Amino acid sequence: MVTAFMEKTTENQAVQSSSQSHKESILKVNNLEIFYGEKRAVNGISMDIEKKSITALIGPSGCGKSTFLRSINRMNDLIPGARAEGEIIYEDLNILSEQINVVALRKEIGMVFQKPNPFPKSIYENITHALKFAGIKKKSKLDEIVEESLKKAALWEEVKDRLHKSALSLSGGQQQRLCIARTIAMKPTVMLLDEPSSALDPISNAKVEDLIVDLKQEYSIIIVTHNMQQASRISDKTAFFLSGDIIEYDYTEKIFTNPAVKKTEEYISGRFG
Amino acid sequence: MNSKTADRIATGVFIAIAIIIISILVGLFSYILVNGLKHISLDFLTTPSSNVRAGGGIRDQLFNSFYILFITMLIALPLGIGGGIYMAEYAKPGKITDIVRSCIEVLASLPSIVIGMFGLLMFVNLTGWGYTILGGALALTVFNLPVIVRVSEDAIRAVPSDLKEASLALGITKWHTIKTVLLPSAFPTILTGAILAAGRVFGEAAALLFTAGLSTPRLDYANWNPFSSQSPLNIFRPAETLAVHIWSVNTQGLIPDVEDVSNGSAAVLVLSVLVFNLLARWIGSMIHKKVTASK
Repeated sequence: MVTAFMEKTTENQAVQSSSQSHKESILKVNNLEIFYGEKRAVNGISMDIEKKSITALIGPSGCGKSTFLRSINRMNDLIPGARAEGEIIYEDLNILSEQINVVALRKEIGMVFQKPNPFPKSIYENITHALKFAGIKKKSKLDEIVEESLKKAALWEEVKDRLHKSALSLSGGQQQRLCIARTIAMKPTVMLLDEPSSALDPISNAKVEDLIVDLKQEYSIIIVTHNMQQASRISDKTAFFLSGDIIEYDYTEKIFTNPAVKKTEEYISGRFG
Repeated sequence: MNSKTADRIATGVFIAIAIIIISILVGLFSYILVNGLKHISLDFLTTPSSNVRAGGGIRDQLFNSFYILFITMLIALPLGIGGGIYMAEYAKPGKITDIVRSCIEVLASLPSIVIGMFGLLMFVNLTGWGYTILGGALALTVFNLPVIVRVSEDAIRAVPSDLKEASLALGITKWHTIKTVLLPSAFPTILTGAILAAGRVFGEAAALLFTAGLSTPRLDYANWNPFSSQSPLNIFRPAETLAVHIWSVNTQGLIPDVEDVSNGSAAVLVLSVLVFNLLARWIGSMIHKKVTASK
């Protein structure tokens, strides 16, 4: 496996050039392959994800970026026939290993989805739902975490007077910030965002983007996005995916101003995809 | 014929079908109620039936109907919802699941008299219980289980998968997700299915003829010991239900007021089902509001 990884990196100069990072890495991906039945969706990718920074995954539809994202907290386990090979190392453990406690893993590596998906419960219960399951029963403690996470998600001022109203009464942008708040409440270390603002209007989108940049102080964020401007505005590093390969992975500034690979330039300038 | 005419004809046909269905329903209802309501009195509802004299009531039959319904649902709902959860969330697609699904469909289409005969073999003879409420309830469970399994499975599958993903992504186990996210969302649909099943149970006669029997012992409503043979709560006693009573007075009744008793019973049966449905729907929407915090 190690030799395969070496071959891959020497083959691809762009990937190699990204290895000089300032920050410590939180996730190390080694030669990750993901299959849906017989079909290979991700072809042996390797990358290091930096701690407390925003990593954007860009690329045309079907390039494997969402598949990769969903493998980091094992959400692909839900898809019959999906399997992953290779390694994603988090705190010296391979996330993909059979021995991993998936429930515990998902508490550490939270996820926010493309479509806001609050539970059909009250705003308060949306946040306490998972906390109660995790064993926090004391009302005062729950109240405290609800307030804290709503504040971090920049939603507290808007909802503090109607915490016990249905979450479905919120606007789409508020619902998405609530989904981020309930993920924050679990105190994760990594947050996976799957096109979190693509279903929102421009104003809500801007609010969610500001929020994501704030969250970088405490969390390592990986975001899949189809919006080039969004990737260039908020991310520290960007990986360009194409047909299941990482074509280029580097600092966002470099990717958007002086990409090493011609394909990358073509994609970000909108010539395909 | 142009498409506009075709569209108009289709609209007309469907309106006509709706009118036919509604008039059948209204006609049937008013026939039963007009003939039956005048025989319903407090006396009719609270005196035991008589085998030979006129003026008997339906006290025991009414109680038996509700009691058998209750016992049936007590057995059928957990089994049926459990089966639905299994089919929707745990069964892996494949041959075995397909066979299980075909079995459920075949079971759903069995004639109730066949289930009655099966119940006679299983719950009356093989167990040696004789005609009992429990035997009747088990036969009705066989009769109802496929419907409840099917309804629960469909209701759980209809919950948007992003809700399930949201819960799992927060580090919640599958079972807790089913319990706290999927089932509450599926609840109104499951309830509607359960009400329809309950209506069928309440009006069922054929499956009970040979399982719960055609007679009721002399009951003492002050006796709440479920092991006493005179207690209405005893599940090991024979019990004639309202629907069976209508059938039996009409086929083998010796009382002079056969028609009055059966018309009155029919009206009580129909009204009970109606009240029961409305009540269950009301309770269901209350619970749903409470669970989802919606208005």
